[in-house]
Amino acid sequence: MTRSPRTVAATLLAIATLALAAGCGGGSSGAAAPGTSSAAGAPTSAAGSSSAAGGSSAAGGSSAAGGSSAAGGSTAAATGPKASISVLIASSGTAETSAVQAAAKAWNTKTGNTATVTAAQNMDQQLGQAFAANKAPDVFYLDASKLADYASTGALYAYGDKAAGASDFYPTLKDAFTYKGTFYCAPKDFSTLALEINSAMWTKAGLTAADIPTTWDQLTSVATKLKSALPGVTPLVLSTGHDRVDAFLVQAGGNLLDKNGKPTANSAQNVTGLTYAKSLLQKGLLQFNTQVGAGWGGEAFGKGKSAMTIEGNWIAGAMSADYKTVKYQVVPLPAGPAGKGTLAFTNCWGIPASSAHKQQAVDFVNAMTAKDQQLAFAKAFGVMPSIQSAAADYAQQFPAFKVFLDGASYGVGPVKAPKLSAILADYDNQLTKLETLGPKNILSRLQKDLPSSS
Amino acid sequence: MAAATTAEPIAPASRPLRRKHGGGTRGPERTTGWLFVSPAVALLVLFLAVPVLMALWVSFTDWNGIGTPFRLNVPKAGLRNYTDLFTKDGLTRQDFMTSIRNIFYYTLLVVPLQTSLALSLALLVNGKMLKAKGFFRSAFYFPSVTSSVAITTVFLFVFNGGALNSILAKVGISGPNWLNDSNGVVQNLLGALGIADPANPPSALVNHGFLSLTWWDWIAGPSVAMCAIIALVVWTTAGTFMVIYLAALQDISADIEEASLLDGANPWQRLRYVVLPMLKPTTFLVLTLGLIGSWQVFDQVYLATQGGPDKTTLSPAYLSYTSGFKDHSWGVGSAMAFVLFAIIIIFTLLQRFIMRDRTEAKARSRRRAARRAKVG
Repeated sequence: MTRSPRTVAATLLAIATLALAAGCGGGSSGAAAPGTSSAAGAPTSAAGSSSAAGGSSAAGGSSAAGGSSAAGGSTAAATGPKASISVLIASSGTAETSAVQAAAKAWNTKTGNTATVTAAQNMDQQLGQAFAANKAPDVFYLDASKLADYASTGALYAYGDKAAGASDFYPTLKDAFTYKGTFYCAPKDFSTLALEINSAMWTKAGLTAADIPTTWDQLTSVATKLKSALPGVTPLVLSTGHDRVDAFLVQAGGNLLDKNGKPTANSAQNVTGLTYAKSLLQKGLLQFNTQVGAGWGGEAFGKGKSAMTIEGNWIAGAMSADYKTVKYQVVPLPAGPAGKGTLAFTNCWGIPASSAHKQQAVDFVNAMTAKDQQLAFAKAFGVMPSIQSAAADYAQQFPAFKVFLDGASYGVGPVKAPKLSAILADYDNQLTKLETLGPKNILSRLQKDLPSSS
Repeated sequence: MAAATTAEPIAPASRPLRRKHGGGTRGPERTTGWLFVSPAVALLVLFLAVPVLMALWVSFTDWNGIGTPFRLNVPKAGLRNYTDLFTKDGLTRQDFMTSIRNIFYYTLLVVPLQTSLALSLALLVNGKMLKAKGFFRSAFYFPSVTSSVAITTVFLFVFNGGALNSILAKVGISGPNWLNDSNGVVQNLLGALGIADPANPPSALVNHGFLSLTWWDWIAGPSVAMCAIIALVVWTTAGTFMVIYLAALQDISADIEEASLLDGANPWQRLRYVVLPMLKPTTFLVLTLGLIGSWQVFDQVYLATQGGPDKTTLSPAYLSYTSGFKDHSWGVGSAMAFVLFAIIIIFTLLQRFIMRDRTEAKARSRRRAARRAKVG
């Protein structure tokens, strides 16, 4: 008699706990349920695999909670005939988030569908978790450098040729999202690198418009003049890493992979490109941002630590926000032995192969890549339209960006091979020691690490 | 310790008692017991055992992060993810060994520093003469209750924002470019002593190596950037361990101190021969917790340096994270986590062995020998 109430209490406690645990589990599968009811594709094991993602991240020592919320947004209107799609974006800031949200709202009103836009906190992580849990967002930003990772595993829906702008996208961008002959996804917008010059320092060093460098030799000579005229200022400061330095490889006619995806890191052209960069470093004409204590090239440029830098069109926003007083001009990157060359960076609107609303997703992307919409995005957060038919209007509205826009014709997209992140991180690290290690050592080490099969 | 010695004499007396009453009630008692612990057991299984087993499974696969890894046709890797970390000369092994080297030096500095700092602070705030004890105790504990994200951000300003260097400049020292300086302090020291020139290291060390790293890299010591992180971590964690030490210090009864005073022990002798031996179990706890925490460092690396400069702050936990989320090599990432787990276990066991109570161990082996003699 004395023991039974205790047993009862314990039993109740246990039941309550189990109910609580079941409730939590039900909560997460409940988020997936609306999608499942209207969509045949979503698997029933969603709850199980979502905890799998949690498991591997726990082992990795990270606290990766909350990432899964990205995919769960689409609950409303699932029962109606129209689809509800989730859109995950890696936003550059509130301007971009609200612009995309406004565009999605307009699309919702027009089509009767429901697109829910979520801005990711950590895109790589959230996308990885969503794919692992089979709850990938129906539309998401995909960086060109990540294309191969997703395309090689069959996770991407290849709708590129079906997109409304298929024939209108810049060839460079189409190429950036083509993996093994398949054009996967519609480019969202793009950026290219150009040379920014501090006008006041330029004049102070006695240089004029006629001195603007168009070749490597001219770049060396103006940098030498800037160095002697402006003590304490580095002529050219670059952000570290292959996203800047590889421009020299491209200008020398090289690249890390050839057209077929075969590694060509240690080619003679690449050695020429890095050797030129090394010569600038040795003469003190070039320094990396970390050497001058700046977060990136634009910071060194804005703070007057450098007279020139090589950055993309995003620098305009930073300059007008943080360094209003600095006057500068933007010119194309000087040509190397193989002519003009720059790097192009771009994102596409990825659609997962597992999406249950591919048709609506493509329709959404078509709306986002339409000319007027792209020009609106350009106005809202300073990106360049990915379609050629918008070029004239864009150049008219944003004459200052013409140099960046022109880069589309001779720019080269990122290297495309899966699982490159650690290898490129190692390459970036080696590049910071370019002066001591030498181009050949760095490039042959990279060649050894790059996956040999295409 | 104190509990163990007091429990010992009671235990033999109570044992026969329990046996007499045991029989009838043991059954329902067991059910009730299990029912009482069931919430905890359920939570542990759900959130600890299952995820660990899942990660273990992933470490034997080449799962690419798409769809669930718990299906039959997921590409299997067998032990390859593990063997690649040790036997295959490549970037994976090199990165992993670099992270092991980094974290080894990190642990070597962090654990002794934070333990001694925690003990000193605890002795200070335990002092009878100290005014405003409460204030000092909370002040020293404060960093431990602050989010590591906030602290790391503040330290970024201190080290990278130039706050520290401008203070150093006032006293005529030109400080290094802290979080961007990849030079190993041992290498710098060798250079300063004129034994080896860091710019032109001895070829005997550079041309030979072990597990993808040259000997020169192995002996580099923590980089300047890593030292900044070490300073950050020691400052943050010392408060927690101070509280643990403080609790143990207050447990030491006043009569023991009085007895040692009567015996004529000076303050140093009282600390060395009375207080420290009595703190031994606490020291074991602090060292173990410190060791485990050190091997797992992630937040500070993730926020401050992302493994740079020159991979000198790469930690195994951070590397495991990037292999998964950046490289989509989830199997390799999980394998790293399990190797890290094994390393931590080995080091903890080693530390237990070193710190074991020698007299007690001797007594135990004597008892064991006596029992064996009785049986034989």
